[in-house]
Amino acid sequence: MDELKPDQVDPSEDSSRPREPMVVIEGVNKHFGDLHVLRDINLTVGKGEVVVILGPSGSGKSTLCRAINRLETVESGTIAVDGNPLPEEGKPLAQLRADVGMVFQSFNLFAHKTIRDNVTLGPIKVRKKSKDEANALADRLLERVGVAEQAEKFPAQLSGGQQQRVAIARSLAMGPKVMLFDEPTSALDPEMVNEVLDVMVGLAKEGMTMIVVTHEMGFARKAADRVVFMADGQVVEVATPDEFFTNPRSDRAKDFLGKILTH
Amino acid sequence: MLDIIEKYPILGAFGMTIYLTFFSAIGALVIGTILAVMRVSPVGVLRRLGSFYVNTVRNTPLTLILVLCSLGLLYILEINLADPKSPTSIVDNNIRWAIVGLAVYHAAFVCEALRSGVNTVPTGQAEAARSIGLTFGQSLREVILPQAFRGAIAPLGSVLIALTKNTTVASIIGVSEASGLMKEIIENETGGLPVFFVFALGFVILTLPVGVFFTSLSRRLAVKR
Ligand SMILES: Nc1ncnc2c1ncn2[C@@H]1O[C@H](COP(=O)(O)OP(=O)(O)O)[C@@H](O)[C@H]1O
Ligand SMILES: [Mg+2]
Repeated sequence: MDELKPDQVDPSEDSSRPREPMVVIEGVNKHFGDLHVLRDINLTVGKGEVVVILGPSGSGKSTLCRAINRLETVESGTIAVDGNPLPEEGKPLAQLRADVGMVFQSFNLFAHKTIRDNVTLGPIKVRKKSKDEANALADRLLERVGVAEQAEKFPAQLSGGQQQRVAIARSLAMGPKVMLFDEPTSALDPEMVNEVLDVMVGLAKEGMTMIVVTHEMGFARKAADRVVFMADGQVVEVATPDEFFTNPRSDRAKDFLGKILTH
Repeated sequence: MLDIIEKYPILGAFGMTIYLTFFSAIGALVIGTILAVMRVSPVGVLRRLGSFYVNTVRNTPLTLILVLCSLGLLYILEINLADPKSPTSIVDNNIRWAIVGLAVYHAAFVCEALRSGVNTVPTGQAEAARSIGLTFGQSLREVILPQAFRGAIAPLGSVLIALTKNTTVASIIGVSEASGLMKEIIENETGGLPVFFVFALGFVILTLPVGVFFTSLSRRLAVKR
């Protein structure tokens, strides 16, 4: 949003030039007990790039996503966002998280706050905006995701699709450098999936850096610059959506695509 | 019967019961909230201190705690909570120490009620709070505790009712609240048995509305999920 300074060139406009890195993951490992959930993960996501992470259930997609804003700690390796390695804890970590938007499968709106207050909480408490400024920002963002009429209601009064769009607005209100989505449409009734995907496609078009765990192949084809295929805690394949869907190289990917594309 | 009621300051004694309840409830709420925050904090030492407090205090009889306050802290260590030179020093000290003891004891139960309230808040909301950059303290204040208090209203009501009845223990350290007076009347008067029912009724009149109020409050303020 207001991060783009006039002397900077938006790297997404020129796809032939290598992008500046936004998220750099190097040699990351993590265990849950005996389970090796992340095995030596290396991945760089460029500014303005949209990366879709695919893979069978239990392959570590959520864990990787959550590690990027340190909702999960990692045992070895490094993760850096916009050149800054993730701080261990405390204020610096909170500050980094403010720059990394996260949208969850289960929306996680604050149940005791109105829709507008859900969106203004971060801008007021973290960005130290005035109440009026934050309200204006919230109304603009709620308008943009198409739930402006619901601003006075509470989360439980909204449909799942509406709640998820509010959750996106809540993240956008922080002016994030990168947005993480962990299966944002998996908890939705089928008729509500597209209203959320449309908002996400819009964000992608505007040049937001996005890391999206999803099984929505339509979204991957339409919006992704690259597809990352994970299995058993490893990155097995990285390709453009076109390459990946028409000509997957690994057997795991072929097997996976065979299963999800047949129904 | 009526002459007994007129002869003794029954209303005044219940006044003391209410006085003790009111101030120890405030104390218990403050200490209990601090304990609950300690018990959900990310700092291991605080968590352990919090659970040590709760487990110790909850498993100690209230009588022991009040006797410790009165005999141990007031008379042996001579820690005065009222001006020792004032003519009502003894009475005031006993009342204040009773409030401290009651607050310290019931704080453990307030803490557990609040913790059950914290458990009604889905962990996803705490993660969402952290991921928009709120610090631990901010997520607690803005997201977790407001919902935890609402989820804890019913159990907090039970703690308040228990506290009201437990003020009777203060009579053993010489605070003249309702049950102390009842004992005095039954000892002094013949046919004092009905007196027992008068006092029992008094407590029911005090606690029944509390229960009704908290139940309806908890229903009205419940967070819709
Ligand atoms: N908090 C946790 N404790 C223990 N095991 C976990 C935890 N979270 C995830 N796992 C396990 O780690 C593996 C990877 O999980 P996850 O990252 O959620 O996979 P995905 O999102 O790809 O389905 C799974 O086998 C899961 O059961
Ligand atoms: Mg997952």
